[in-house]
Amino acid sequence: MADREERRFAEVSRESVRLMAEGAGVELGDDVAALLAEDVCYRLREATQSSSQFMRHAKRRKLTVEDFNRALRWSNVEAICGYGAQDALPFRSVKEGELFFVEDRDVNLVELALATNIPKGCAETMVRVNVSYLDGKGNLEPQGTVPTAVQSLSDDLLKYYQQITRAILGEDPHLMKVALLDLQSNSKIAALLPYFVYVISGVKSVSHDLEQLNRLMHMVKSLVQNPYLYLGSYVRSLVSSVMYCILEPLAASINPLNDHWTLRDYAALLLSHIFWTHGDLVSGLYHQILLSLQKVLSDPVRPLCSHYGAVVGLHALGWKAVERVLFPHLPAYWANLQAVLDDYSVSNAQVKADGHKVYGAILVAVERLLKMKALSLSQSAEGQSGAHPGSVVGAVSYRVNSPGLSPPPEPLSEAALGIASHLQVGGAGCHWEEWTPVPLPAMYCELYSFFGDSLAVRFSTGTGFGTHSPCTPSQLSDSRKEPPGPASNLDTTRKMPQLTANLNISPRQDGSPRTDPPPPSLSGPGSLPRASSMQRSRSSSSCSRQRSAGLSREVFPKARFTSPQTTPPAFSFLIGGRQMGQRCQGRRPFQTMFATTPPVSAIPPRTYAHKLPVIGRVGKPVRRWTCSHYSLHLPL
Amino acid sequence: MAAVQGGMGDADIKTDIKTEPSADGFGNNNANDGRVLSASPGSTPVTPEDQQTLLAVLQFLKKNKLTESVEILRREAGLPENSLDPKANESAGAGSGGAAGIVDLEGGDASSLLSRVTGSSSAGAQAPTKGTVQSGSGRDQPDVSVVLSAYSQQGDPTLYKVYYRDLKKFIETVLDCHRAELSQVFYPLFVHMYLELVYNNHESEAKAFFEKFSGDQECYYEEDLRILSGLTKKEHMRGNETLLDFRTSKFVLRISRDSYQLLKRHLQERQNNQIWNIIQEHLYIDIFDGMPRSKSQIDAMSGSLAGEAKREANKTKVYYGLLKEPEIELPLDDEDEEAENEEGKPKKKKPKKDSVGSKSKKQDPNAPSQNRIPLPELKDSDKLDKIMYMKEATKRIRLGPDNLPSVCFYTFLNAYQGLTAVDLTDDSSLIAGGFADSTVRVWSVTPKKLRKVKSAADLNLIDKESDDVLERIMDEKTASESKIMYGHSGPVYGISFSPDRNYLLSSSEDGTVRLWSLLTFTCLVAYKGHNYPVWDTQFSPYGYYFVSGGHDRVARLWATDHYQPLRIFSGHLADITCTRFHPNSNYVATGSSDRTIRLWDVLSGNCVRIFTGHKGPIHSLAFSPNGKFLASGATDGRVLLWDIGHGLMVGELKGHTDTIYSLRFSRDGEILASGSMDNTVRLWDAMKAFDDLETDDFTAATGHIHLQDNSQELLLGTYTTKSTPVIHLHFTRRNLLLAAGVSQL
Repeated sequence: MADREERRFAEVSRESVRLMAEGAGVELGDDVAALLAEDVCYRLREATQSSSQFMRHAKRRKLTVEDFNRALRWSNVEAICGYGAQDALPFRSVKEGELFFVEDRDVNLVELALATNIPKGCAETMVRVNVSYLDGKGNLEPQGTVPTAVQSLSDDLLKYYQQITRAILGEDPHLMKVALLDLQSNSKIAALLPYFVYVISGVKSVSHDLEQLNRLMHMVKSLVQNPYLYLGSYVRSLVSSVMYCILEPLAASINPLNDHWTLRDYAALLLSHIFWTHGDLVSGLYHQILLSLQKVLSDPVRPLCSHYGAVVGLHALGWKAVERVLFPHLPAYWANLQAVLDDYSVSNAQVKADGHKVYGAILVAVERLLKMKALSLSQSAEGQSGAHPGSVVGAVSYRVNSPGLSPPPEPLSEAALGIASHLQVGGAGCHWEEWTPVPLPAMYCELYSFFGDSLAVRFSTGTGFGTHSPCTPSQLSDSRKEPPGPASNLDTTRKMPQLTANLNISPRQDGSPRTDPPPPSLSGPGSLPRASSMQRSRSSSSCSRQRSAGLSREVFPKARFTSPQTTPPAFSFLIGGRQMGQRCQGRRPFQTMFATTPPVSAIPPRTYAHKLPVIGRVGKPVRRWTCSHYSLHLPL
Repeated sequence: MAAVQGGMGDADIKTDIKTEPSADGFGNNNANDGRVLSASPGSTPVTPEDQQTLLAVLQFLKKNKLTESVEILRREAGLPENSLDPKANESAGAGSGGAAGIVDLEGGDASSLLSRVTGSSSAGAQAPTKGTVQSGSGRDQPDVSVVLSAYSQQGDPTLYKVYYRDLKKFIETVLDCHRAELSQVFYPLFVHMYLELVYNNHESEAKAFFEKFSGDQECYYEEDLRILSGLTKKEHMRGNETLLDFRTSKFVLRISRDSYQLLKRHLQERQNNQIWNIIQEHLYIDIFDGMPRSKSQIDAMSGSLAGEAKREANKTKVYYGLLKEPEIELPLDDEDEEAENEEGKPKKKKPKKDSVGSKSKKQDPNAPSQNRIPLPELKDSDKLDKIMYMKEATKRIRLGPDNLPSVCFYTFLNAYQGLTAVDLTDDSSLIAGGFADSTVRVWSVTPKKLRKVKSAADLNLIDKESDDVLERIMDEKTASESKIMYGHSGPVYGISFSPDRNYLLSSSEDGTVRLWSLLTFTCLVAYKGHNYPVWDTQFSPYGYYFVSGGHDRVARLWATDHYQPLRIFSGHLADITCTRFHPNSNYVATGSSDRTIRLWDVLSGNCVRIFTGHKGPIHSLAFSPNGKFLASGATDGRVLLWDIGHGLMVGELKGHTDTIYSLRFSRDGEILASGSMDNTVRLWDAMKAFDDLETDDFTAATGHIHLQDNSQELLLGTYTTKSTPVIHLHFTRRNLLLAAGVSQL
């Protein structure tokens, strides 16, 4: 048999037979060995044949050692012991001796007997029933299946995908709402995630269509909020799309009638939401985002709307981001902004309006920065009694993060890879590595030097923190008078009155609180407080923004010269204090009081210029506004 | 498994023989079975063929000095005293072939003849047993000695190739219409020539011959060819299963007269004696008048180990009709009606029920007489169950192509691939599993827990007159969801509930069939008779009787209160892999590894149908509820449908890709469900498959079957599991489909 050309079966060579015989102490002749070898082969084949019968009757696909042993036993041959293990036995070869053997390790019985981790018996055999097919139709989802992204698209999924995208990008707002809701709660669309992400990445091609952009952002929101989706590395792609909406000078923004500001606000909110909920999925994401925002901010060629986006983006990422990126940048940036705002030419009107927007956004951001910083300081101060509120505090606050607001510390070296253009790679001209926290008083001084009284946050820097956080109420009335009282600062130069005149012209108000981005829609459980706090700060700032808008021009140059170290004015409470005392009810008298003094007063208007044609939602939010104020009136 | 027989010592075989034919089979009939099966084989008219085979058995018994058995058998068969005399034997007019064989045996050189080929008497034991029962085969039953001696004929070994090639050339040149028919000769001829070469120690010639022509054979013989190819020495032939089959039975071919004449003329012209001898001695050519069959027609019917069934084998009348249902007053029925009245749909059910009732009163002309075989009387509990059944039946869902059943899947967990058999009770309240670790487990699939009967001492305390005595005897303390029963010493391959749910049967590799009580959850009887693994067992639909079949190639009919079998059904050439009772309990179907299905008459023990056509071992059988049809599934992944009355194949359902382990008709027979190793359940439109038949064609019965390939039309649905082979199917009384299997994950 050994000389047969065609070897269709496993064969035992005569050499093997002879070896085995030698092992048993028998000398075999060549012919005997050949005969034996052939017979052994035949018997083995026979036994295999009959063992397969046992396998078939056991309704198995796998031939087991047990089957073979049964066949042997029924052929009156002794069964082979020692091969009952379920795992495959390793078959080893020794090169020199051309020996093949099954590894057979010694078993240490002592160890086995004294082992403390006695294996538990197998789980008990049981029967479970489930309805597999109802009325012969429909494969009910088998229990416990995990949808995987690798599965190819079934017809159903494809149909779903088409329906959903059509609904979201289609005309019917109701349909869109339903589709978004489903996208947010459907547990079986994991396989479609890449497709949706791809659709969303199409933001660039629809940058002229604000509506579509909005819808795509809503889609992002739904995907992000779907608890069954694991976004994984798709987070990058989503963030990139969102950043596009925040930062890019969209084609849609050429027309001043387009409210792209809202889109940017919304996208910024979305960004923060993605970041806080999924930021851990991609390492280095935080810094990448910061870098790209910073780059935009530091690029004077970029249009103001991009700067605005960068500011709201930073703001959305939390006060730390503002502190690290915006604040150090402010002196440099201020010059540019100032130039814009100071240009009264008619041709500049539009740009100037945009400039006011940016100004407002910055103000909101820094106010929040101040508040949060103060809060964190006071917290840390509580923690370490006697801690100096001065320069130490900043460092402390940097470490003692207020929960939920501090980004996960990321190594800056983490380079961004394969990110779309809107995620900046670290490095280029960023100076934040050597950034050191500025102590709060110094920060305040500096900011004050820019904004003057526009800063709604007031500190009596000398006495400590925990003062009032007057959220300057927004006013409906056109009154731009302001109780001039607060002007009793050291810096008497900061006279508001003359600044106010131009304010009612400035169209920037349309971006102000009324048109506030709809944070409530981003109602993820985690996002809510943030959103609201944002709203609050925004609202507070918006009024102050107006105020300061005028102010700044005068103030700015002077402020530069005021040394930050000069004792900050004891400007406490003048606005805030009054408000604080009366809490929210205080606002109404406050308001009326302003109303009664129609003549232009020193303080910038806390009004919204309703006349501006741009504004879409002028009248309606008044009520809500007050309400939200109410609820957001948190102690600092 | 061939070595099984080869390895047994002569002495073992002898004792085996002693007990089997005499005590088990026939003595039993006589001694204690009058009550059970009143009609003994003796009462049926003895044909000459039968007589001859009886003589052979008598001869054998006498030779083994079993005089008592001889006496009993002779009396039973009604043979004259002198029938054992060889001369009387001749004068009795029996065919010369059989008689010659007996003479040879008697003559004393039989043993040497036997040993020359088999080296053991296992073949000798085989042949008489077979001859006893196989009906209508007396004349053709190849006598052992003739068959064996045939191989000793020496032709020139080098010429075998030439002969074969010659014939091949001839067949390739004949007219197309004859070619397919004559091509049937190739395979048996090839095998016999090869074996002859091997037998005569022409090893190299044999190998050359095999390599040259094995490629020409039909693909469905591949399995056999593989076994053959390994066999190159005379010594290997000893006890090889496949060889035994070839030697002891003639390969049956059906050839039209014209084709046969062509072949005959050719061989005679060429003086091709070698081939002619083989055809004469090893082949049975069933000649029919009429059109030669086409290739596809032949392929549909061939594939079994021993060729097609002879036409005569399927001529016997089979009473396939159902028995009349006993009339049971429905005391609960009124209640039921009232209840339905309240529900507001009262009238609908009433006429229906009446029609059902009247139908069952009429005697089906195809049904056997009510007492053809004695059936156990209905107990009160059985009647209650019947009533339950009828009530359920009224709520049954009418299935059809537009109304497919729901499927529930019972998955066995933590069975570690050890589940080997599953059965469900008719009312779907219990599920039982046989396991490779020799255990039998029963689960209750309803909230009702399984309880044992109280101990004898406690039972004494019970008020036996109370109405709820059946409830009182149960021991609440033993209530549990499942029970394990130990007793077997090998994997449990077959399992079956009794219709009254009081008993459970299990058959095992250890050669026994065990009867378990579901009241005490203990073993009641171990039926020993099969000395080899018992692959399957099933209770009769009326209880009491059960059938078992296994590796020893015989199926046995038992009654639960007899420790020995009532009938032995012998004739299969290989293991019996599955056994099923006909719904009227008068017939038993067996599927086998020899790729045939046989239907046996419980009354006479005769084989009344042989169905060939499967290309692999048959692993599942199912009778249609009306008793007219049989479905069979095999390892080849096909389901074949058979008309029992006409003995013909009527359908082929292709679709499965692996062994079909389970077949079941829906309660009304509209749908056939098949469960397979390929992790699917498929539903077939049985109604359509059977309705489309043109039964007129069957009268010709020449085997000219016209099967349309309409599997795709008939396939109503394919239901997949994740990774669970389907090994059992069951339709509940309301036509919900239950499937069971063990996950292979």
